[in-house]
Amino acid sequence: MYDLGDLYQELILDHSKKPRNFGPMDVANATAEGYNPLCGDKITVQLKLENDVIREVGFQGSGCAISTASASLMTESLKGRTREEAEHLFQGFHDLLTGEKQAPAELGKLAVFSGVREYPMRVKCATLAWHTLRAALHNSGPVMARVSTE
Amino acid sequence: MTALSAGLDVNKLREDFPILRQKVHGRPLVYLDSAASSQKPLAVIDAIRRFYSEDYSNIHRAVHQLSERSTRRYEEGRIKVQQFIHAADAREIVFVRGATEGINLVAQSYGRTHLGAGDEIIISALEHHSNIVPWQLLCEQTDAILRVIPINDDGVVLLDEFERLLNGRTRFVSIAHISNALGTVLPIRSIIALAHQHHVPVLVDGAQAVPHMKVNVQELDCDFYVFSGHKLYGPTGIGVLYGRDNLLEEMPPYQGGGDMISSVTFEKTTYNALPYKFEAGTPNIEGVVGLAAAIDYVSGIGLDSIAAYEAELLEYATRQLSQVDGLRIVGTAKEKAAVLSFVLDGVHPHDVGTVLDREGIAVRTGHHCAQPVMDRFGIPATTRASIAFYNTHEDIDLLVRGIEKVKGMFR
Repeated sequence: MYDLGDLYQELILDHSKKPRNFGPMDVANATAEGYNPLCGDKITVQLKLENDVIREVGFQGSGCAISTASASLMTESLKGRTREEAEHLFQGFHDLLTGEKQAPAELGKLAVFSGVREYPMRVKCATLAWHTLRAALHNSGPVMARVSTE
Repeated sequence: MTALSAGLDVNKLREDFPILRQKVHGRPLVYLDSAASSQKPLAVIDAIRRFYSEDYSNIHRAVHQLSERSTRRYEEGRIKVQQFIHAADAREIVFVRGATEGINLVAQSYGRTHLGAGDEIIISALEHHSNIVPWQLLCEQTDAILRVIPINDDGVVLLDEFERLLNGRTRFVSIAHISNALGTVLPIRSIIALAHQHHVPVLVDGAQAVPHMKVNVQELDCDFYVFSGHKLYGPTGIGVLYGRDNLLEEMPPYQGGGDMISSVTFEKTTYNALPYKFEAGTPNIEGVVGLAAAIDYVSGIGLDSIAAYEAELLEYATRQLSQVDGLRIVGTAKEKAAVLSFVLDGVHPHDVGTVLDREGIAVRTGHHCAQPVMDRFGIPATTRASIAFYNTHEDIDLLVRGIEKVKGMFR
């Protein structure tokens, strides 16, 4: 039996109550909206890209503790990364949640979401911000969270 | 805890539901999600098992003994449904997959032959997506217009607004009997009477009503009534469309196939009589057998007793939840049944649902397939506890204790 504390770790609760990089961003040059139609969670991710590097990143929206903390920790982990590095990080994060592969060490604080693996219904909460980030990076417009493939 | 509330021996009735005996995450299961789907009594499980073991074959086809028996069981099921909702004739009972398919059938078969550009359909702001989207599809196909009766802050449909919406272009009204998201009982008698003054037919979506109250379609004077078996303690994949025979008679078939024809040549096909015209293909035979068993089961308990007990439990739950600091009940109509939707300050329903699940408590979280209702109250989602006659006062106490645990974690 898995303890609830494995899911709602202190770091996750902290970021869900006090999300970092939260609010509108004046300097953004890439934006995407994410929506999870199953739970009604909405999120906007904004980026300031310089060439290939993410200089600033912020988000707004409403969601559960998992999706808010995931967005908050994501923004912290992205500053100064290139597109390619961000993509790589997403892959590692995805693997962590689905348990398909060993999660890479470079995930750092993001590893706190490892408990989500035991709650398949909540995986999409944790990945909504990341899918939205990818849409902003690819500038592909509004993104719907993938709900069945994860 | 009252063991003999409103004349029901609930603890004894609970023994009829094997699934309720289990533990979830080490805690006794508290099932508060019957509005999504109710659990099945042994009477239903055994009826299906016995049917497959003893009588099963295809129906309306062969002269052999098993086909005869299966056909009889299937048609007895139809008569059982007819008596259950007090329809005038068994020809008016069409078996479908569920309430959703019933509404789609009427929207496509009746709607496409009776509505044109500029015609209007009225629904309410409380509808489940299944009573919104089929009409939007019809509007796309016919250029008809969808009108919506607003609700007030209690989640009550505004009758005077409905009267204002009714006009010479209104061609159809489709309305829930009970709201799945809030539990509001709609004033359908008044709605039907008003619509009929304008000669407009009315479909009632009874998916949430049939498990909780007696329904008499002739007394209601509705033109169509739909419900699903799986919310009535019966199997999934079986549902009922009731339609007045004169309306069903003039409607074209919804799907083509076997059983819905009386003769087929490549030049011309003649359709079968009611209700077979609307039952193309081999139907859900064991579903009908299971539904008939479910109807026998609830009729044996008595829907009046069920309604009285559930009303008492809902009142108790409303009182207990109202005392939880930071909890707000969404949907506070006077006329309510079986549903308690609520939000908790600073905690998203998904987190509420996950913590409650670990306590063995099954609730639904999300928008309950009624996004416009959520938008009306300016919230993305609610936590919904829905009750059935197999729930107890203790279940409600455990829910309240679970909510206190949620608050402890997130504050």
